[in-house]
Amino acid sequence: MLAFLTQRLLQIIPTLILVSMLIFGLQQLLPGDPALIMAGEERDPKVLEEIRQQYRLNEPIPVQYFYWMKGVLSGNLGESMRLKSSVASLVAEKLPVTLQLAGMAIIVALGIGIPAGIISAVKKDTAWDYGANIFALWGISTPNFWLGILMIFLFSVTLGWLPASGYVRLGEDWRASLATTVMPAFVLGNAIAAVLMRHTRSAMMQAMGADYVRTARAKGLYERRVVLKHALRNAMTPVITLGALEFGTLLSGAVLTEQIFTIPGFGKLIVDAVFNRDYAVVQGVVLVTATTYIVLNLLADVAYMLVNPRLRG
Amino acid sequence: MTDATLPTVVIADATEENPWARAWRRLKRRKGAMVGLVVVTLFVLLALFAPLIVPYDPIATSWSAVRKPPSWAHWLGTDEVGRDVLSRVIWGARASLSAGLVSVGIALGIGVPLGLLAGYAGGWIDAVLSRIVDAMLAVPFLILAIALAAFLGPSLSNAMIAIGVTATPIFVRLTRGQTLAAKVEDYVEAARAVGNPHWRIALRHVLPNIVPPLLVQASLAIAGAIIAEAALSFLGLGQQPPAPSWGSMLNSAQRFIAQAPWMAFWPGFAIFFAVLSFNLLGDGLRDALDPRHK
Repeated sequence: MLAFLTQRLLQIIPTLILVSMLIFGLQQLLPGDPALIMAGEERDPKVLEEIRQQYRLNEPIPVQYFYWMKGVLSGNLGESMRLKSSVASLVAEKLPVTLQLAGMAIIVALGIGIPAGIISAVKKDTAWDYGANIFALWGISTPNFWLGILMIFLFSVTLGWLPASGYVRLGEDWRASLATTVMPAFVLGNAIAAVLMRHTRSAMMQAMGADYVRTARAKGLYERRVVLKHALRNAMTPVITLGALEFGTLLSGAVLTEQIFTIPGFGKLIVDAVFNRDYAVVQGVVLVTATTYIVLNLLADVAYMLVNPRLRG
Repeated sequence: MTDATLPTVVIADATEENPWARAWRRLKRRKGAMVGLVVVTLFVLLALFAPLIVPYDPIATSWSAVRKPPSWAHWLGTDEVGRDVLSRVIWGARASLSAGLVSVGIALGIGVPLGLLAGYAGGWIDAVLSRIVDAMLAVPFLILAIALAAFLGPSLSNAMIAIGVTATPIFVRLTRGQTLAAKVEDYVEAARAVGNPHWRIALRHVLPNIVPPLLVQASLAIAGAIIAEAALSFLGLGQQPPAPSWGSMLNSAQRFIAQAPWMAFWPGFAIFFAVLSFNLLGDGLRDALDPRHK
């Protein structure tokens, strides 16, 4: 287990270095003088020189990368030109909002995707199965920003049940917080529920044909117990690990969902930074996202190893 | 020994069905895939003949027809500056389909040669390319596309480049894996034994045999690219106003959802049906091109 962990940790180091190069390299795509673009409206030569000094734009690119990376490793992701605040503190401020949203979205995804997958597998080739498959196709084909707009139209404009936008922190007022996040969480969780449903269906169908399920049935156990205790427990391992890989979908979805529901999270931070040409924030947010994604993949691998006795040996 | 005891020798039928004809026959049996194919064809025809079929100029504003609900004059209603929603949805098919096709074309154009090179050459070339692919796949698709589009500048062509580059690693990985499997096959060994140069083996013997999985991935990637283009245009990083695109139409519709909900319905349905059709077609192609399926 330790050897596996060490090997996986060593494997992610070159990936992380390449990710950092890729993200740093984005800056080179800016047409013309980067200092001029970063300064925006500000054309004062003194300000431009300050930017060149700050980002070492007069130095060769490898030197610029070295200093940028040195800053990143010491927790300095750069400075927001617009908000005059460090990118690291902005990320720390916005991340909990997105994490709350992501957590709720995962609850929605698990709550819909797994039962739908089980029913679809157990009642294969019935109306239930077709219904669940239609739901999965709907989930993966619906753009979440459109679903968000439709939900605002139905639940906020027409029925007046939920606020159309805004965010209240969980610690401030939990009811208001839930009211502001339930729609975006559903929008985010919907697409992942569809993917989870498909994974659960195929894993359950495989498990239902296994010898241990036949043995359980032969012992005279109730079908419900066979499905939930024997088949489901074994089918869940690949579903949970594959589900962890959906984190990327969650973060990509959060960018659009937070924009629609005006939620001041991680996704809105990157979009606002894009429109204000706050490139240090864009780079910082993308770097944090990629690192989190890589670490989560590693954790998913470890979890898979831990729950699968055949791999542990 | 009598004739009756002779073993039956099965001689390969000289008129054995062509693999593509067999795939088409299997595809025709799948209702979902055929529905997908019909709807995709319909969207392509709409996009191609948009100038001939639209009832109004899609960018012509009319202050006397601001936010009018669906009527005989404007079947899908009008938007916040009096433009005909139906005409804009039809023209929007051009932006979405071209974004889907061009960006997947870019991804195939870069990804397939690199994947072939990595899988066929192996060694350090494979190691370096695989690490780069891992790094690109570590950044969530839309976030990388947004970052690229942001640095390249907002426009439809830059959005296509951003989506194409972001989708490339999937094709590198798929082509590499398929090449690794194909290069140990007997027909590749035979091609090598008769002295074919490596480039010829890769292009003439390996590549044609790995086309089916690439085709399936491409049709599913077009669905992903259409959603990504709509998302970038929704955020203002894709098609720029007043040119119509489904994503940018949803962006302006969001502000008028209480007064003119029809502005949001139709572009959304168009994205949904286009993406659903490519997904259905991709699923059908996967089954039709899989030799394990009868």
